[in-house]
Amino acid sequence: MSLQTTLLLIPLLPLAGAVLAGLFRHQVGRAGSHIVTILGVGLSFALSAWILSQQISGQLDTVNISIYTWMVADGIRFQIGFLVDHLTSLMMCVVTFVSLMVHIYTIGYMREDPGYQRFFSYIALFTFAMLMLVMSNNFLQLFFGWEAVGLVSYLLIGFWFKKESAIAANLKAFLVNRVGDFGFLLGIAAVLMTFGTLDYAEVFSQAGTMVDQTISIPGGMEWNILTFISVCLFIGAMGKSAQAPLHVWLPDSMEGPTPISALIHAATMVTAGIFMVARMSPIFEFSDAALSFVMLVGAFTALSMGLIGIVQNDVKRVIAYSTLSQLGYMTVALGASAYSAAIFHLMTHAFFKALLFLGAGSVIIAMHHQQDMRYMGGLRKYMPVTWITAWIGTLALIGFPFFAGFYSKDAIIEAVADSHRWGSGVAYFAVVAGVLITAIYSFRLLYLTFHGKERFEVVADVGDHPPDGQLAHAPKESPWVITLPLILLAIPSIFIGWYTIEPVLFGGWLDDSIMVLEKNNVLAELGENFHGATAMATHALYTLPFWLMIAGFALSTLIYMFRPAIADNIRKRMPFIYRLLENKYYFDEFYQKVFASGSVRLGRNLWHKADAGFIDDGLVNGAARVVEWFAARVRRWQSGFLYDYAFAMIIGLIGILAVWVTMAPGR
Amino acid sequence: MLTLAHFLTLGAILFSLSVAGIFINRKNVIILLMCIELMLLAVNMNFVAFSRFLGNLDGQLFVFFILTVAAAEAAIGLAILVVLFRNRQTINIAELDDLKG
Repeated sequence: MSLQTTLLLIPLLPLAGAVLAGLFRHQVGRAGSHIVTILGVGLSFALSAWILSQQISGQLDTVNISIYTWMVADGIRFQIGFLVDHLTSLMMCVVTFVSLMVHIYTIGYMREDPGYQRFFSYIALFTFAMLMLVMSNNFLQLFFGWEAVGLVSYLLIGFWFKKESAIAANLKAFLVNRVGDFGFLLGIAAVLMTFGTLDYAEVFSQAGTMVDQTISIPGGMEWNILTFISVCLFIGAMGKSAQAPLHVWLPDSMEGPTPISALIHAATMVTAGIFMVARMSPIFEFSDAALSFVMLVGAFTALSMGLIGIVQNDVKRVIAYSTLSQLGYMTVALGASAYSAAIFHLMTHAFFKALLFLGAGSVIIAMHHQQDMRYMGGLRKYMPVTWITAWIGTLALIGFPFFAGFYSKDAIIEAVADSHRWGSGVAYFAVVAGVLITAIYSFRLLYLTFHGKERFEVVADVGDHPPDGQLAHAPKESPWVITLPLILLAIPSIFIGWYTIEPVLFGGWLDDSIMVLEKNNVLAELGENFHGATAMATHALYTLPFWLMIAGFALSTLIYMFRPAIADNIRKRMPFIYRLLENKYYFDEFYQKVFASGSVRLGRNLWHKADAGFIDDGLVNGAARVVEWFAARVRRWQSGFLYDYAFAMIIGLIGILAVWVTMAPGR
Repeated sequence: MLTLAHFLTLGAILFSLSVAGIFINRKNVIILLMCIELMLLAVNMNFVAFSRFLGNLDGQLFVFFILTVAAAEAAIGLAILVVLFRNRQTINIAELDDLKG
């Protein structure tokens, strides 16, 4: 099997699964649909892993092949092609592995859903789109994958399309992403205008020569062209990776089924923006202004979204805000030119956040789709596997030494501390304070769900939709198709950081994909003080983030295990802050009032004034009225008597003759 | 001595008479038809006069065509008139104002 065939098969196998499960759902049946998609994604994962292992052993170099030329217009080639370097193969493995886990998990989670085949078709289609995105070697295919994952995300958020809130949420996700995509498209257009090509390799090799080029933007300002491109592309990333202020769609996307929250809205799709910026590092590197912007946006998101997580009661929403906060961390790392650290955190986060989401899904099934943590508690004795894996996920998330999240998060914090970029002071404060916040909301989630008193009672015969706090059956551990992915995800959540930090961050594993200028290279400075993963973990005992994490743990344990009254007290003491967080800083209200109502008002005005007033009344009816008015006057001449018409004809004849006689040439 | 001007004057007088007939007559459609015939004859008069004056037979040839057309027109016009009378029991022009807007 040639290399090209292998690379083609990796995205096309999930697509084939999606087509079979989607278009032939009656022929393949319920079991058939999960068999074909799991087979497709599983083979895709196996091939990705093979590619990665070949690259690790050095038998395979960076592959950059164009497979198909769609069209050539004005010298610009629109192609489909694959650029498989170390960054790509890493992403391919992460995407296909998490996707495979989610596929298996879905067998249990969606067992009774009537849309079973449709769901499998969608998630396999998502895997295809995401692979096209990460494997692309040009901007066009990147944009295709970018929009395709957005489409599948839209379809899956609104998977339960009879639920009003799900429809509102998917519309919101779609619209907010359009805002980001507008910037992204502008960025791609600017790349095309500046470099005259959409091919990564050509663009990146020329980027250094464009440092002094400028572009005039509306408002009469001259901007550095690379800054302009970087900011536009990053606006796209803000939409997809849910950075403030375009983050509002992500918490609402929790209306979708839990497996897709894990796959799309935590592990893979939302990290596409991070991946894209890392991939574009040869452009971003030349613009300090754009990187400062990236860093500040990330810092704001990391801190502010974590704070909201503390006051949420919906188990999935807490994790969603945690995802936002972690995406903020990755963005900060990008801004500090520590692209490898961002990718590293992306990878570890994909494992432990997918684990947490799938764990939450397991809890939700046990609680018969009750998602409110106020009616949970004490679940650890009913579902031990979920409980232990949730602990592992939480420890990884808060960055407990030796767990995966510790290495990636600590690397980011250290990188920001070493960065000299404008805004890095604020960013450092945000990421360090974020550690405390992360520990508080993570343990709050854990305690409210698995520990403490049971805040629900089992009442027989309460029916399918019991009131809050009542269950028809006692919660029980989920079947093996659900716990197996939890266990398989828990393993990398523990070990992957310790195992891979050295090659990924300091061993030059990503050097062929990511370009960092010498003056920005904070990771190289870190590398000088790096003496192995174990030493890094033990050294953590002497650092501020570790003790902040312990403080968060202690605070959370005190409040949510022993003295719940303290939480109520704080809430009463600081009603303003509580309301601010409870309402998510009024972002939604602001958008609702300004943009949503504004566009409704604009539309209503256009409808009343422009459409009904000007076009209908003015142009269409107006034309008719002019004809009517004119005809009313002309009709008076129509006496109906022959001699009047004859008279008019004679007059006309005389008139024409008079003109002819006087004007004829030669007179 | 009769000159071209005499004939043209006669033609003009005949034409004017027929035009006046169309306008002044407000009673009878038959008179209208007669006026139209007279108009054609006035034109014929001009054709013949010019033909003779210029020594070219084309004009006289045209008169034959016009006479033929006039005959056909009179036949059709009278036929229409008969049908009109059958339908309306009148040929009074003052009552024939269906074209009024």
